[in-house]
Amino acid sequence: MTHNLILRVVSKTLIPAIIIFALYVQFHGDFGPGGGFQAGVILSAALILYALVFGLDAAEQVIPPTLLRSLASLGVLIYAGVGVVTLFLGGNYLDYSVLGSTQIAGQHIGILLVELGVGITVFAVMLLIFFAFADRGRP
Amino acid sequence: MIDLFVNITLLAFLAITAVAIVRMTNLFAIIMLFGIFSFLSAALFVVMDAVDVAFTEAAVGAGVSTVLMIATIALTKDQKEKPSESHRPWLPLAVVIVTGAALVYGTLDIPAFGDPEAPAHTHVAPHYLEKSMSETGIPNVVTSVLASYRGFDTLGEVVVVFTAGIAVLLLIGGRRPTSKSDNPERDQNDA
Repeated sequence: MTHNLILRVVSKTLIPAIIIFALYVQFHGDFGPGGGFQAGVILSAALILYALVFGLDAAEQVIPPTLLRSLASLGVLIYAGVGVVTLFLGGNYLDYSVLGSTQIAGQHIGILLVELGVGITVFAVMLLIFFAFADRGRP
Repeated sequence: MIDLFVNITLLAFLAITAVAIVRMTNLFAIIMLFGIFSFLSAALFVVMDAVDVAFTEAAVGAGVSTVLMIATIALTKDQKEKPSESHRPWLPLAVVIVTGAALVYGTLDIPAFGDPEAPAHTHVAPHYLEKSMSETGIPNVVTSVLASYRGFDTLGEVVVVFTAGIAVLLLIGGRRPTSKSDNPERDQNDA
């Protein structure tokens, strides 16, 4: 597929739009449908499209699998870490209200961070699984 | 009225797709039909006002899992399902019919769709719907339940995703043992 001109041109214009849409879904999940799970999958779909059209090696240069492994753990760490922080601030585990000056401000910070953790882990794991499958299929 | 028409159309297409999947032997075509099945389910979720679920179904069911199944097909290099000689459909058919009948019988007890008296809508759901805005300031109740009220559950879900990734990496991740000798060859091919 690496020599298909139309696919290359179309995907080059599509991939930035997909990434922007993933960020929109990630940070607009409070107000509309979406959130970390969907955003992570959409972001990984952008890179899977890149890998399908431009080759696995090019995609692994954009985001190396070793980095992805750290990112997958980082997402869980952010999520669980928010819980530990709320514990130290005197609240219950994952009780975001203590994070901000008011309850609603705290909830906003907590939910933003937690969704970010979800998004990072889902993105990294989806891409890792794809790379693991695609790596096996190399000639 | 229009809802009923849309529902019947979508469910009919779902049934047609399912039958087509069962009848086909070309695995590549079956995977494509799986994607179509997921999109139809996503459309059904939209009709039922569950846009968040529809979103996930379209992204994961139709998008990523289709790619992963195609990757698996590419690995196994066998695109035809071979029907075995001693294939007798009657016992499986009987099992399926009995199970299906039991499930349909089970749905008779389920409250009607959107019934305000349903147990699911009388326990904690009213609290979430009424207090979400004043307690979390988030208009999308799905997000406030997922990330705040049920935050600990969602932490578990993220850990499940993480664990699944680790399991796949342990099973098929990393380079194959022989790949060290393959590497120079592959680099030449790529160049």
